Amino acid sequence: MEVPFWNKEIETLDRSSLEKIQLERLREAIGWSLKTPFYSKKLAQAGIGSPDDIKGLEDLRRVPFTVKDDLRRSFPKGHLSVEMTDVVRVHSSSGTTGIPTVIYYSREDLERWTDLLARCIVATGAAPRDIFQNMMTYGLFTGGLGLHYGAERVGMTVIPISGGNTKRQIQVMKDFQTTVLHITPSYLLHIHSQLQADGIDRASLSLDRALIGAEPHSENTRRKIEELLQIQAFNSYGLSELNGPGVAFECVCRQDMHVWEDAYIVEIIDPETGENVEDGQEGEVVLTNLIRQAAPILRYRTRDLAFLHTEPCACGRTHRRLSRIRGRTDDMLIIGGVNVFPSQIEEKIMKIPEVATNYQIHVDKKGALDRLIIKVEIYPKLFLGEASKLDALRQHIKEEVRSSIVINPVVELHEPGSLPVFEGKAKRVVDTRPQE
Amino acid sequence: MKITQISVFLENRKGRLHEVCSLLGDNGINIRALTVAETESFGVLRIVVDKSDEAVALLRENGFVANFTDVVAIEVGDRPGGLAAVLKIFATNDVNIEYMYAFVEKHSDKALLVFRFEDADFAQQVLARHSISVVTRKEIEGL
Repeated sequence: MEVPFWNKEIETLDRSSLEKIQLERLREAIGWSLKTPFYSKKLAQAGIGSPDDIKGLEDLRRVPFTVKDDLRRSFPKGHLSVEMTDVVRVHSSSGTTGIPTVIYYSREDLERWTDLLARCIVATGAAPRDIFQNMMTYGLFTGGLGLHYGAERVGMTVIPISGGNTKRQIQVMKDFQTTVLHITPSYLLHIHSQLQADGIDRASLSLDRALIGAEPHSENTRRKIEELLQIQAFNSYGLSELNGPGVAFECVCRQDMHVWEDAYIVEIIDPETGENVEDGQEGEVVLTNLIRQAAPILRYRTRDLAFLHTEPCACGRTHRRLSRIRGRTDDMLIIGGVNVFPSQIEEKIMKIPEVATNYQIHVDKKGALDRLIIKVEIYPKLFLGEASKLDALRQHIKEEVRSSIVINPVVELHEPGSLPVFEGKAKRVVDTRPQE
Repeated sequence: MKITQISVFLENRKGRLHEVCSLLGDNGINIRALTVAETESFGVLRIVVDKSDEAVALLRENGFVANFTDVVAIEVGDRPGGLAAVLKIFATNDVNIEYMYAFVEKHSDKALLVFRFEDADFAQQVLARHSISVVTRKEIEGL
């Protein structure tokens, strides 16, 4: 297998040289952080008053964690380390839950981030000859613009179509013979349903690759995408607090995502105790941004659950790989006293071929008991008219889910296209239990 | 001769059966026989219509999950014991029926029986041996 690189020297740098770069950049990031009202206070409490207080990488552990609420509390400018005149772009989280969080970028910050995204794109095997249809939302959300500039940097032909308007998306794929998509996995599955519904032959499209991200998804969902659309799907990871997409990305091996360790320091902690766990153990991902001056972030608790691989990747990169996100510490459902991550349910139902591309998880209360209802759309081609086969399918889904999470779900079969469709991030869990 | 039955997946939603039937009606497709198999959470509508290819294309275009199923249709006299006489032949000849439904035809003294057999070819041999003629596709279209 040919392994393409954007910056081979950095991507295959030996670990000790990589750690040397990390230490240098960490000191620099501490220096930037000390200029923000938020971190000057926080670092002083930890006895860090200058970059020189960081002697080695292990000193990072003296730095207190930063959580989402810290960013909300310091909104709008508590994290700013430069003058506003030096800020050339602002991104912000959606703020659907209250006060938004805001991130600032200087020109150099954008330059470094863009270079990292070019590295991600090239790692998947995409190249300047490709036609890149960017179906992530543009705007304050980092997904759209981030990859946009990365793709331009690579030299691809970029179609900045943003999300939504499915029929037009498909038309554009045909018109320009798009080869690479950047899209959420749920939207890509919806695109497939639309192709089926419109009777569009896959052979009339030129799709080779999909860069999928912005929402957690299971390995079985990826396989389903790859089978249905005859495409290679690459998982990506990022969050606006850490610039946006490009924190970690899959290479041509597609065996989990390389964290660009010259740009980020990744730690995995036990979310209960805050202690670092061993490589290979699952825990909460904590990230330190080494390349953003305007709004530095140290030891950010992402609430994403994952683990770091201990084995090196076949591609030769030395940057460690992060597993796919297994769930979020805050998306865990407690159903009848049992902890359930939606990803566990998805993992089970997406490997069943009769299940189409859309599903929803509902939790409600029936009397005093929690009830889990899984709504799935059936795959039309596999419906041969037998009610008994459909009932057996329902039973099969029920047993698969129960074997994984111990809870006995109610399974509802639905017609394709009847469950809500998402053209951006999917909202698959509906919890209607009364809040206590 | 086998004829075509159309099976339509019906999710458990108010008015869904009405939507299927009015779609067919509005497009001049006539339902000859109908039954609904139901479970606790969904149903399967089974219909025999005059223009089955057209009906399935129309249903799929409108977002329904629909497919063809081969069935065998027989006409029997609309009188006591008419159905039992046919069933006796099946029972004594080991012909297994997966499901069946019946319709009484207007302006005639016949009832239409629709059978889904485990082994349709074998069932037809048995019917032929007992000189029971099956309804052809042409006859269904012209009913």
